[in-house]
Amino acid sequence: MSGINEFIENEVKSNEVVLFMKGTPGFPQCGFSGQVVQILDYLGVDYHGVNVLTSDELRQGIKEYSNWPTIPQLYVKGDFVGGCDIIREMFQAGELQTFMSEKGVSTRGAA
Amino acid sequence: MSIQSAIEQKLTATFSPERLAVINESHLHAGHHHTEGGHQETFDGSGETHFRVRIVSPVFDGMSRVERHRAVNTALADELKAGLHALAIEPAAPGERTRW
Repeated sequence: MSGINEFIENEVKSNEVVLFMKGTPGFPQCGFSGQVVQILDYLGVDYHGVNVLTSDELRQGIKEYSNWPTIPQLYVKGDFVGGCDIIREMFQAGELQTFMSEKGVSTRGAA
Repeated sequence: MSIQSAIEQKLTATFSPERLAVINESHLHAGHHHTEGGHQETFDGSGETHFRVRIVSPVFDGMSRVERHRAVNTALADELKAGLHALAIEPAAPGERTRW
């Protein structure tokens, strides 16, 4: 498992915003992943999508990495932010955009 | 015992909630196909695979969103390990606005 942890660590550290999801940003294969994709796209956040369906090891590894049992999972500047419910709540409360700008992540959306 | 009853009992024991609603949303995911993790079948929507938990408890007072979710996930760790596939969580402390 050390290999998969290194892979995850590298993805999380080398991209400002990373979404571990089922499917891809262009073709989400789960409604929960799709909701987060829509929110990030709406805000105009540049993010890197990692499709956990490409490997069982990755799908299990990401759950252990963050001690979080479900997917999607959003990371910003190396920190775990939340899953679908949390991202949606933050978005609806107007907190997500503030959070991104506080973290130094640019948004270019209409929100 | 059904998974629904187990979830209700564990959340009641852990959080002494003021309000609790455990909703089986598995039917909404009928036809939802999973090939990962050995699931070769398509969910037919009749099972207990997708749940939504709405819970108001003083235990959540002062906890962050992530901490609240982690607390619920920890209470339901056995169910999540045993095949509960999706868990939507709407936690609130008393006095906070809820949408239900």
